[in-house]
Amino acid sequence: MSILLSAIEFLHNEPVRVALIVGGGAALVCAVVGVATVMQRQSFAGHALADVSSAGGSAAYLLGLNPLLGFLGLAAAAAGVLEWSEIREARERDLLTGVVLGAGLGLAALLLYFAATVRNASGAALTVLFGSMFTIPATIVPLALAVTVVALTVSALVHRPLLVSAVSVDLARAQGIRVRAVSLAHALALALAVALAAMTVGAILSTALLIGPAAAALRVARRPAAAVALAAAIGLGATWGGIILAYESFYWTPGRGWPVSFFIVALVFAAYLTAGVLATHGPRRAAAHPSGCEAH
Amino acid sequence: MFAPFMLHAWLVATMVAIVGGAVGFFVVARRAAFAAHALPLGAFPGAAVASLLGVNELFGLALFSGVGVIAITQLQRGERREVASALWLALALAVGVLLLSLSGAYAQSLYGLLFGEVLGISRAQVLGVALLSALALALLALLARPLLLESLSGDLAAAAFGRARSLEGAFLLIVALSTAMAVPVVGALLVFSLMVGPASGARAYTDRPWRALLLSVLLSLAVVWSALALTYLTDGPVGFFVGALSAVCYVAGRRRSLRAGAGS
Repeated sequence: MSILLSAIEFLHNEPVRVALIVGGGAALVCAVVGVATVMQRQSFAGHALADVSSAGGSAAYLLGLNPLLGFLGLAAAAAGVLEWSEIREARERDLLTGVVLGAGLGLAALLLYFAATVRNASGAALTVLFGSMFTIPATIVPLALAVTVVALTVSALVHRPLLVSAVSVDLARAQGIRVRAVSLAHALALALAVALAAMTVGAILSTALLIGPAAAALRVARRPAAAVALAAAIGLGATWGGIILAYESFYWTPGRGWPVSFFIVALVFAAYLTAGVLATHGPRRAAAHPSGCEAH
Repeated sequence: MFAPFMLHAWLVATMVAIVGGAVGFFVVARRAAFAAHALPLGAFPGAAVASLLGVNELFGLALFSGVGVIAITQLQRGERREVASALWLALALAVGVLLLSLSGAYAQSLYGLLFGEVLGISRAQVLGVALLSALALALLALLARPLLLESLSGDLAAAAFGRARSLEGAFLLIVALSTAMAVPVVGALLVFSLMVGPASGARAYTDRPWRALLLSVLLSLAVVWSALALTYLTDGPVGFFVGALSAVCYVAGRRRSLRAGAGS
């Protein structure tokens, strides 16, 4: 009974509800986009977009705009630079990603410095980089839901062509797939996912939500569709579990809650380790390949 | 600009630039940009622990860099390399932010750790950085040939020098040492752009590896010294100047190699 009562109290709390909705949407989008990202070895690019998006978050903080728009704008700009460069060779792409990331973080440093000196908001760095779920304004919910829907639609549309072009660009062209458009659409979905995740766990921790559940799922699932479903379950579980634990933590250390982002990342990491144990000791995969669906 | 209170900053920045330029050459050659980004960020909770315990930050940073090397090499087993870096980075940062929030040492120290702080570098820090620089450079000199050979041909290096995994571990250790010492000055987020920018620019100007290495060190010195001077003049964050100037190095190198490619 008391558990039920505290559950009702928990759900009646507006910041908690906003966190559950925005975080849930972010977890879903990240699961779908993340599986494709991990399979295409674009984890670094995903992380770079997130880091660059922190400059957008800082700019929004400085100008008093909607933070999701800030994250979104710069993540999309960074994705545009990476796509537009048309560099495909792995080493060069790695370098360009690194340089874009560095320049973006430098810009974030500058904007946060202005936020601290001009607006006297020295907590901005913590909020933008590490997230602050219980302070997300409720006005953000419609936009967050819209972004979630758009991102899910785009990734559902490009899912199959993306897999084909990941296997072979020539094969994709032969099937009439417009490889460049597909890759652009995926970059857009990645930017949307990163922006949502940055809202949830903060710009530099969003990598955990994007890569962690997907990598964990790919360790045990054999087919991409199963991997997406499993990643979504892990992501949602970690995000909502993290919110509940952070809410509870107000009682552990009186007067000071533990950061939500910490719990979410810790749960994601635990899921990843568990998946590793299942993959190596599980009954179904006696002689299996250790790296999930890489062969697809 | 060269006032006594800036002396420590110039000394430390110079050492950081030399080591960063040299290690960066190998980071670029070995495509280890993400690891070079993840290691200093993973060292970040070390600084939080050190400030909780009241000891020299460098000890905490070096310790957690070492933990990061072990974590990344362990996570890499049977897994994609960049996933290992991504997971370690996120986990370490999350622990760091938990420690910071529990200790109550909030905003200003966080900003300094992430984006760099040139003022208030103590004599003990200068000595610590000198020690770590010497160690990193010595290790690098010892391993330079196998590392270079391996980045050209893994099989050849394995035949000549033995197992690749221990070499990868040793290389990550060098990266960890050299990034840990730079964190308090340049900041955890931007140390790595000092390794990637100058080295990738240098590569475009010469085909010879040792000359490229030297040029990378010189460019890195130019970047750090200019960043420090600009910080002094404008009072802006040092990390911004390092990130922007590193990007300039990359773009200059890229333009040159594109032009060379078109001319030939």
